[in-house]
Amino acid sequence: MKKAISLALALTLAVSFAACGGGGGGGNSQGGGGSESDVIKIGVFEPLTGGNAGGGELEVRGIELAHEKYGEVLGKKIELVKADNKSDAVEASVAASRLVESEKVDIVIGSWGSTLSNAGGPIFKENKIVCMGASCTNPNVTNSNEYYYRVCFIDPFQGTVLANYAFNDLGAKNVAIIFESSNDYAVGLKNFFEEAFKELGGTISSTSTYQLDDTDFSSQLQAALANNPDCIFAPGNFTEAALMMQQARQTGSDIQFLGGDTFEVPELITIGGDAVEGCAITSFFDPAAPINDTTTEFIEAYRAKYNEEPAAFAALGYDAYVTVYKAIEAAGSVDSDAIRDALSTIVVPGATGNIRFNDKGDAIINLAVLKVVKDGKFEYLSTVTID
Amino acid sequence: MIQNLTTEMFIQSVANAISVGSLYAMVAIGYTMVYGILRLINFAHSDIFMMSMYFVFYLITIFALPWPIAFIAAVLATGVLGIVVEAAAYRPLREAPRISVLISSIGVSYLMENFGVVVFSGIQKQFPPVPAFQSVVVIGSIYFQKLSLYMPVVTAISVVGLLYLIDKTKIGMAMRATSKDYETAKLMGININTVISTTFAIGSMLACVGAIMWGLKYPKIEPYVGIMPGLKCFIAAVIGGIGNIKGAVVGAYLLGFMEIMIVLFIPALSSYKDAFAFIMLIAILLLRPAGILGEKKADKV
Amino acid sequence: MKDLSKNASRILTAVALAGFAVFLWLAYKGIALGPYEARIVRLSGIYAIAALSMNLINGFTGQFSLGQAGFMALGAYTTSLLVIPPEAKESLYWVEPINPFVRNLQAPFLVALIAGGLMASFFAFFIGFPVLRLKGDYLAIATLGFSEIIRIFITNLIPITNGPVGLKNIPSTANILWTSLSCAAIVVLLLRLMKTSYGRTFKAIRDDEVAAEAMGISLFKHKLMSFLLSAFIAGISGGLLASVVGAITPAYFRFTLAYEILLIVVLGGQGSITGSVVGAIILSVSKEWLRFLDSGFNLLFFRVPEIAGLRMLVFSLLLMAIILFYRRGLFGSREFSWNSIYRPIAFLINKIRKPKKEAGDDSA
Repeated sequence: MKKAISLALALTLAVSFAACGGGGGGGNSQGGGGSESDVIKIGVFEPLTGGNAGGGELEVRGIELAHEKYGEVLGKKIELVKADNKSDAVEASVAASRLVESEKVDIVIGSWGSTLSNAGGPIFKENKIVCMGASCTNPNVTNSNEYYYRVCFIDPFQGTVLANYAFNDLGAKNVAIIFESSNDYAVGLKNFFEEAFKELGGTISSTSTYQLDDTDFSSQLQAALANNPDCIFAPGNFTEAALMMQQARQTGSDIQFLGGDTFEVPELITIGGDAVEGCAITSFFDPAAPINDTTTEFIEAYRAKYNEEPAAFAALGYDAYVTVYKAIEAAGSVDSDAIRDALSTIVVPGATGNIRFNDKGDAIINLAVLKVVKDGKFEYLSTVTID
Repeated sequence: MIQNLTTEMFIQSVANAISVGSLYAMVAIGYTMVYGILRLINFAHSDIFMMSMYFVFYLITIFALPWPIAFIAAVLATGVLGIVVEAAAYRPLREAPRISVLISSIGVSYLMENFGVVVFSGIQKQFPPVPAFQSVVVIGSIYFQKLSLYMPVVTAISVVGLLYLIDKTKIGMAMRATSKDYETAKLMGININTVISTTFAIGSMLACVGAIMWGLKYPKIEPYVGIMPGLKCFIAAVIGGIGNIKGAVVGAYLLGFMEIMIVLFIPALSSYKDAFAFIMLIAILLLRPAGILGEKKADKV
Repeated sequence: MKDLSKNASRILTAVALAGFAVFLWLAYKGIALGPYEARIVRLSGIYAIAALSMNLINGFTGQFSLGQAGFMALGAYTTSLLVIPPEAKESLYWVEPINPFVRNLQAPFLVALIAGGLMASFFAFFIGFPVLRLKGDYLAIATLGFSEIIRIFITNLIPITNGPVGLKNIPSTANILWTSLSCAAIVVLLLRLMKTSYGRTFKAIRDDEVAAEAMGISLFKHKLMSFLLSAFIAGISGGLLASVVGAITPAYFRFTLAYEILLIVVLGGQGSITGSVVGAIILSVSKEWLRFLDSGFNLLFFRVPEIAGLRMLVFSLLLMAIILFYRRGLFGSREFSWNSIYRPIAFLINKIRKPKKEAGDDSA
């Protein structure tokens, strides 16, 4: 018995060696010296497994879609090199290192999850490789890293948009906050919302917290509802938010919920069902209100390939790729400094709006889309611009 | 910071605590049964819980079975899974030190999670809704899901059934004998492997019942969905006295009440909620290591 | 068949160490290894240190503790807060302003690293007092619980730790020399310690607590000593990890991290110092080496499409095989010796020389 198993094990190992020879060999022959070779390599630094896999996959879809459309630049083919960062900071540092130092990619896109972006950041900086974030909204990502850029709007802007919407459009004077305290994104968004809302003259009636993977929010909801707020702002992960809204409805409350861009995934609706109806969120983009031709082009391509409505994260992945593509084109090379120069001047018409960058590397977008969940869909509400 | 507490809020919280406690109890029993027989903390129990949720999901969405049949099929499939896990990962280590078996259970847990990521994908899925359980009932000013009414009943029936099985039937007698003294039970002609397989099957089936109720209440499925419930229920089992079935139930309700009440009375501490579960665990371990209902055992020399 | 003489073993060890030193120097200079390979070697060293810390308390003293993740977190945060420059710290704390005392703390890397270890030991002292009275599984649960409590507090003490946002811009001082030499120093320390009366006492407690107590050994004192030293080493590994990765968050230090370290200890063999080091190297190298599985590969004649996560599935299957069929790990509770390589070679040579005599006797 033992021998048979040892044999099987040895066989497995041998086969995987053989497989490695095949797979690895193929990779190496194309590798070599980055800019001199006849392909341009773009690293995709995303969580494909682990807790953030859902978001990572959406971004990768957008990136792949854009890659199909824009497959060649400067007369060279573009190759995507994926590295799974496993939703884990240490794995992310290794994955980033692998992309930059072993695969010798010319430029990187990613990652979903600011924590993972932060772990890759020093490696990109040290190797002078530009990294284009798609949806990492934490201010710390581009802080003191001149090689990190991102195409999404960042937390302060989102917080302001939501506060304005609550105060002006909903007429809310009194808001309860329930946020995910274990999530940097949610903590940031909560702070910026609170600041903006108080400045407008509103009050925060109560604040309570929950943690990732919590499933019961009955106590937080009771505490929030006890003060009769006009609405509840609940920044955090979408699954917890969906459960929270369900539980709110079960207590007989029809209170208005507000959330950030992380809510905009199909799972919010599939998990939350009827309970998430009426929830208002900010987003980067909406198929119903195409901002420019790229939006239309993206939506059509996405529908054709995946047979469903595109999510904002896929659009951001698409934009990150397109931005990188246009920057290489404008720079005329894959040299990082040339790309950075190009990024400081170009305006890229992306699916989520016209993207240009400030000197911190953050996209300057003074445009956000407000959406509301209606009949099991994210429905376009309005486009907001703030100076 | 104590908020203005109304009677309705308190009653609502009690109702919530009972339903959460019932959920914890179903899974905690599985931990405690395996511990009673094998003296093993079965870390893989939380992943059996996870797998059973996927069983329900696929039986309803792909095989399009009506929910009562899907639930029963999932419970049976989970029982089989429990037997398979035991036979593959624990039986080969029967004569090995206990620590090796514990490590094997961590290994199996790791394996099942990675299996889940590859086969089911990391993207969350919705537990299929069953309106019959999920509709809302109003009594006075208290609102709850019908499920919350059924949960304590299901738990009570399961516990009574299980206690009957253990106290009155032949296999139950064999289980008690095995848990008292493994070697002697063997000498008495008890087939240890059958007893252990049965224990795993029952524990896993109860975990599946718990998972179904969990899924109806918190309809989210992903490969890591079992970790937190697993840890909580395990704490519940230890608080009640691991190895003791009534203890697991008491511990589960105690933990459920404590979690809900802390957030109700002191909302400012809600982000420390999980820390309190652990503090309670450690306090119990130090003051009464055998748990609330556990028996004190002397060391054998 | 004769074993190698003591002198021959010593010479081999000296040659191997010299070879290692040369390799390390070349790697440090960037000649022997690329930065990506060097990163894997650096992480191997850190995992080895973490595994040694767990092996000391679990493998040598027989106290099954699962609190390593918490001690690593304490080390990582202490070290990071001491080495990040004050201005950089201030710009990170955008959720709540940083505590001014924490802002101005500064120390050189070595001091910071040791401070991290001491911080972990300090907490271990208070945890150890109540917890070390427990045994076996109960001790495992209680230490796991404390590790989670530490993590939850780190998440919530925002002015000190920056909460869930975590820290970044941690200077990457810990190059390959730092990690390898720290690892080597801890290996030497533990090898020496095991030869002293303390080491023998630890093993006596592991083998039979009751008998050890009857011999007049103070169980609690020795268990606490082992626990404190183990926490210190875990703290060091946390500090090095923070420096290599450059960014940390409390979420990384969940209790599941302790499971991964435990798997290294099991792979190398509980109670084997060299085993833990070899286990850590095998684990981190194979995890990376298996990456090709995720991106699609050729299996004989078939093209296997890309499947995210296949790497980890194969990896956990291999681990399971080791747990079930080689449960004593690579080294058991023994240390590496040249004879363990020499004996099978000598055996084979013998067999080839006298095939007839030895035929049929393959039970070894």
